[in-house]
Amino acid sequence: MMRRIFPFPLFSVALFAIWLLLNQSVSPGHLFAGALIGILGPIAMTALELPRAKFRRVRAILKLLWLWFEDVVRSNNAVAMIVLHPNLRGATSGFVDIPLELRSRYGLALLAIIITSTPGTLWTDYDTATGVMRMHVLDLIDKAAWVRRIKERYESLLLEIFE
Amino acid sequence: MNALPDWAAWLTALLLLLGAGITFIGSLGLVRLRKFYDRVHAPTLGTTLGTLNIVLASMIYFSITEARPVLHEILIAIFVTVTTPITLLLIVRAAVFRDQLGK
Repeated sequence: MMRRIFPFPLFSVALFAIWLLLNQSVSPGHLFAGALIGILGPIAMTALELPRAKFRRVRAILKLLWLWFEDVVRSNNAVAMIVLHPNLRGATSGFVDIPLELRSRYGLALLAIIITSTPGTLWTDYDTATGVMRMHVLDLIDKAAWVRRIKERYESLLLEIFE
Repeated sequence: MNALPDWAAWLTALLLLLGAGITFIGSLGLVRLRKFYDRVHAPTLGTTLGTLNIVLASMIYFSITEARPVLHEILIAIFVTVTTPITLLLIVRAAVFRDQLGK
């Protein structure tokens, strides 16, 4: 019964919070409209027949967000240095193949967002049969280091959260 | 509307310039870098720290002048960060497809 009304409880909460933030108000009218959207939105989503997601371990999620933020700041700086360098050392970019154990579609989607939104790294390909992800790195020096980095920094946490 | 104290004016201006500067460097990279895959990296400067700094400046400015917490800008940062990879991935996948066709 609860499953019928709240097929994606976290999504319901997120929609409700976004509605209140957008309207900058907690008046009864907005609370009501937000609740309505929080209930109807996810019910409409069930038409997409999405697989159920596991999403847990708050500590791992917070740690992941922090590592992501840290990487974004560091690589903003690194990419800015490359762009501003007078004679562009652009020949160092290249592709790295990273074998992943992560199979959860949501986990992979989040990893794609993390890698792509970080300047200097870009998700380019994923083979569902072999589980090998290919990424493009702007400042590529040591391929093995990148494999270790993605697996240790992100994949281990994503496995903990989604599987 | 409240007056903006000096420290807040400086902070807002600093964050705005920082955000605009980072976004500018990103756009500059789009022009300067030579290979297609290299260039795709550059604009993400603007969509991460560039946006974040400008959003922070806006939150500080309006929270002080309107004397209440103004937080809805945080949604801009979240949505820009989460949706940019979709566009970038689409462009990159198209380029990969083109490269494979060429072989």
